[in-house]
Amino acid sequence: MRVPLSWLKEFVDITLPVEELAERLTRAGLECEGIERIGIEGADLPWDPEKIVIGSILEVRRHPNADRLVLADVDYGAGAPHTVVTGAPNLFPYKDKGRLPQPLKGVFAREGAELYDGHAEGWVKMRLKGRLVRGIMSDAMLCSEKELGLSEDHEGILILPDDAPVGMPLRDYLGDMVLKFDVLPNMARCLSILGVAREIAALTGAPLRMPEMTVVEDGPPIEGRVRVTIEEPDLCPRFTATLIEGVTVGPSPLWMQRRLIMAGMRPINNIVDISNYVMLELGGPNHMFDADRVADQHLIIRLARPGERLVTLDNKEHNLDASLGGGMLPLLVCDPQGPLSLAGVMGGASSEVSATTTRVLLEVAVWDPTIIRRMSSALRARSEASKRFERGVDYELPPLVQRRALSLLQRIAGGRVAKGMIDNYPRPWKPVTLDLTPREVRRIIGISLSAAEIADLLRPLGFACDLIDNGAAVRVTAPSSRRDITMLADLCEEVARMYGYDRIPLTLMADALPEQRNNPSLELELRVRDLLAGAGLDEAITYSLTSMAAVAAVNPADADASLYLRLANPLTPEREYLRRSLLPTLLEALAQNLRERERVLLFEIGRVYLKRAPGSDDPRPEEPRRLALALAGRRYERSWHTPDETVMDFFDLKGIVETLLARLNVSGVQFIPLTDDPRFHPGRAARLERDGRVLGVIGELHPEVCERLEIAVPRAMAAELDLELIGALVEPVRYRAISRYPATTQDLSLVAAITVPADRVAATIRKYAGALLESLTLFDVYEGEQVGAGKRSLTYRLVFRAPDRTLNDAEIAKIRQKIVRGLEYDLGATIRG
Amino acid sequence: MSLIDQLNQLEQEALAALERAADLTALAEWKSAYLGKQGALSRLSRGLGALPAEERPAAGARFNAVRATLEQALERAEAQLKRIARQHAFEADQVDVTLPGRAPAIGRLHPTTQMLRTIYSVLGEMGFQVWESPEVETDEFNFQLLNMPPDHPARDMWDTFYIDTAPGEPTLLLRTHTSPGQIYAMRANAPNPVRAILPGKCYRYEQVTARHEMQFFQVEGIAIGEQISFADLKGTLVAFAERLYGKGVKTRFRPSYFPFTEPSVEFDIECFLCGGAGCRVCKHSGWLEILGAGMIHPTVLRNGGYDPEKVSGFAFGMGPERMAMLRYGIDDIRWFFSGDERFLQQF
Ligand SMILES: [Zn+2]
Repeated sequence: MRVPLSWLKEFVDITLPVEELAERLTRAGLECEGIERIGIEGADLPWDPEKIVIGSILEVRRHPNADRLVLADVDYGAGAPHTVVTGAPNLFPYKDKGRLPQPLKGVFAREGAELYDGHAEGWVKMRLKGRLVRGIMSDAMLCSEKELGLSEDHEGILILPDDAPVGMPLRDYLGDMVLKFDVLPNMARCLSILGVAREIAALTGAPLRMPEMTVVEDGPPIEGRVRVTIEEPDLCPRFTATLIEGVTVGPSPLWMQRRLIMAGMRPINNIVDISNYVMLELGGPNHMFDADRVADQHLIIRLARPGERLVTLDNKEHNLDASLGGGMLPLLVCDPQGPLSLAGVMGGASSEVSATTTRVLLEVAVWDPTIIRRMSSALRARSEASKRFERGVDYELPPLVQRRALSLLQRIAGGRVAKGMIDNYPRPWKPVTLDLTPREVRRIIGISLSAAEIADLLRPLGFACDLIDNGAAVRVTAPSSRRDITMLADLCEEVARMYGYDRIPLTLMADALPEQRNNPSLELELRVRDLLAGAGLDEAITYSLTSMAAVAAVNPADADASLYLRLANPLTPEREYLRRSLLPTLLEALAQNLRERERVLLFEIGRVYLKRAPGSDDPRPEEPRRLALALAGRRYERSWHTPDETVMDFFDLKGIVETLLARLNVSGVQFIPLTDDPRFHPGRAARLERDGRVLGVIGELHPEVCERLEIAVPRAMAAELDLELIGALVEPVRYRAISRYPATTQDLSLVAAITVPADRVAATIRKYAGALLESLTLFDVYEGEQVGAGKRSLTYRLVFRAPDRTLNDAEIAKIRQKIVRGLEYDLGATIRG
Repeated sequence: MSLIDQLNQLEQEALAALERAADLTALAEWKSAYLGKQGALSRLSRGLGALPAEERPAAGARFNAVRATLEQALERAEAQLKRIARQHAFEADQVDVTLPGRAPAIGRLHPTTQMLRTIYSVLGEMGFQVWESPEVETDEFNFQLLNMPPDHPARDMWDTFYIDTAPGEPTLLLRTHTSPGQIYAMRANAPNPVRAILPGKCYRYEQVTARHEMQFFQVEGIAIGEQISFADLKGTLVAFAERLYGKGVKTRFRPSYFPFTEPSVEFDIECFLCGGAGCRVCKHSGWLEILGAGMIHPTVLRNGGYDPEKVSGFAFGMGPERMAMLRYGIDDIRWFFSGDERFLQQF
């Protein structure tokens, strides 16, 4: 809401500096987002009071040497008139008419004045310099609106009203400030100058003034000439109508145009401008019909009927069906012949006020916010009027709006006002009355006030307050302008607001600490993040939304749209589906980073969104948390220390995953070859399983995936794990007593078929070694001629230790013998040493 | 020459020879020549027995003194030589300490994660515990139970992504705030008191710009109990702000509007970028909006299973990305979800 200061000052005296006022209002809940200055100090173009003044154009003469220019003699209050050379087309009609009987008023700028260049694109400042124009000295000018920064218009000069005082600095005449407020839904009452003024009056104690409302009802009575029928009283609780006849349509006065412009609206003509002006001023939207275009002067408020159509003011034709009412039939103002307007939202073209209108039928109504909201949403046209109706307009306001509008119409457009007002008020305002106790204020706000103090805070806002029960409570009745007040908490807020939020003390909760509980799922996330960062991975958070194309780039088989939750209103096709895997978005990030750097390690913890089976009780999808890892590039950062140029491969990622599981104390996870997953290299991928449950997958990306993602490095690795399953497998850490006896180390080298997986060899060794084996480390793997085709050698270090004694050689030899036989028997391995 | 004289002469000769020994080998030779079993001193000692008994004590004493002198001199010479040898070794082993070190590869947590952890820890000390809830929500939980029935004008404050559902199925949407979590946390605890932090991803149907993302995190806190007032909310928020932004940070409370709180408040801190003088980031107001808060609306309390006439509570919400942007001076929110290492590796 843009509020010109000059307008506001008509309603309430403002003695505070404007910045301070803005801060006061902000602290009272009406946030001032900025102050715009026009012509005054601090404005983008301050009008120099010495050099830009009001001038009186006494005579317009022809230019001796140019047909497109004229000479204007301007009296600007400083002795002799000054001759100005101008090409303003709106002065040409006065050319060679001699001394004008009624001088025109304009804005006179002298040499040195700073103005906007009227002919330049945009807003370019220039300083007025004297120069010869076709032989005549030009060192002053008559300004256009653009040159003053008032509007884009630079066709002609700005003509001021006849009563503009000659010689007055323009700054003092048209300079102004606009306060820009962010009006939240509960402050709908402040969508008007009156509403803002009322807040200021309540805060500062200054009296509130109402504007001129005098109307001379010099026409015949309206009764019997205009009829109003409300068929939908729940949707139209009040409808008032008045009639003014013999108006003259024309431009509205400058002051009104200026205020409309400053408030953000475009002046059209005096009738429309007055309608808008009164809406902005009092907060009551209204509609002006050309009465001659309303059949029988009978307005009928009803729902649309099948097949009805309406061309609205913006010349769009609408089918008046339920699609226009968001599922409800649209509410219309009609005459007996059909629809005239969409109630409270937009007028119709057929009954619009035009240049030839002489009789105006003025509608001021209160509409149900819901139907207005639905219609304006469906129309995608949120007008100034619908914005106010949606938030709720004061039921008692319409007569005031009628009077103010008629008063302005009569003064500005002339005409006779019909006696009386049609007031159809089927659902009168029911005032809300609440009993507020000091105890409740203390309970909710935490301040101790007496009932009388509470009443004193509320009264300036227009609340009627009576002390009841011997001063134990205040009976509060909200004014009709406060439709937002429905319960005690609303009143508590008003009390707190008027008391001042900043004055309320700071206390810490005194009540008992609620029961505290563990959060294993959060703790798991914290640990996993720390472990992975410790392992050298950076944490990414990517979008939960993706596209089928991005999914298909990783795995065409996953791109089955029917499995995914899809947005009904996506912003872009790239973010249309809720992900079922973290890999598409994380691998995009991997690919992106690889264009910039040689080594990338990323992880993400986030949710995936899985549709539930049809018929499930909960309509929401499942949202299990996943962990994804992605890495590629050099194993070591390039540095002068490490000549190692190797790139990461499957085992770098596997090592990270194994370490993570080990540190989480998740044991018994098997890596089972994964040969048929299109995402992965068939010989370098595994499924992680524990007791037959799949925990996730890990592998080197399939070269085709890399091609589609434009990953150019030789190997890129990815894994995706189910964090919920892993979390369930975490076992508590148990301390093992540390033996004080020495360990015995044995190396064991064996040759087995390549088809025997290493984890089977290790398991076999463990099985036969028994409880005395403390650790088992594979430290050499060799394939080659020496061991023969189809075979490989594996060398392990075994560390044995007993908790209670030193192991002797005979014991160790016996165990070793068992292991060797076991390996030979179970795996067909041979021992090399 | 008397034995004593011979001893004196030997002492001088040996000390002179020691001076000339330039390395450890020479020292070893010197040692065996003078102090060894077959060395000069031992040879002279054999003459002790031939001395008359009354001369023997003096000669013996002198003999011991010379041995001690030589042994000490040897020790000193050895130490000196070792010092020199080590010095040479140091010189050979010297490095350019300005060369870069071997950096352990330690990853980094996302700035949002770091901000969330700070929030959890500060609020955790006040008894608030993390409570998570779904991102895909029903209209009921995202709006209706939070005092926004259908057609409520405040719904305009949240532009919403809707899920494409079959006709007849319940409306699903991406939560526009973590506030639905309030209902879950309340229902799990009512009628007992609760203090919860509700973190998580939220979504808004909003054009993505440097300042607005379609996806962002939010953290809400709620506290419900028998005697919780607006003054407690103020105290809690100021304590929180002082932990995050320093003791004595200037704060401002101003009335605001949220459909699920009444009264509602916007909490600002003095802009730490310009010290309150006004800058681009604070839109020249001198204040930074840090969070929105209020006393939980009676309808919401009731929907959560509480009796609003018996208990009261407050709620507050904040955006960790915005807080991180202010803390680190990040000018574009889009980096947060880019997965770009140039961004991630700065925190
Ligand atoms: Zn600032």
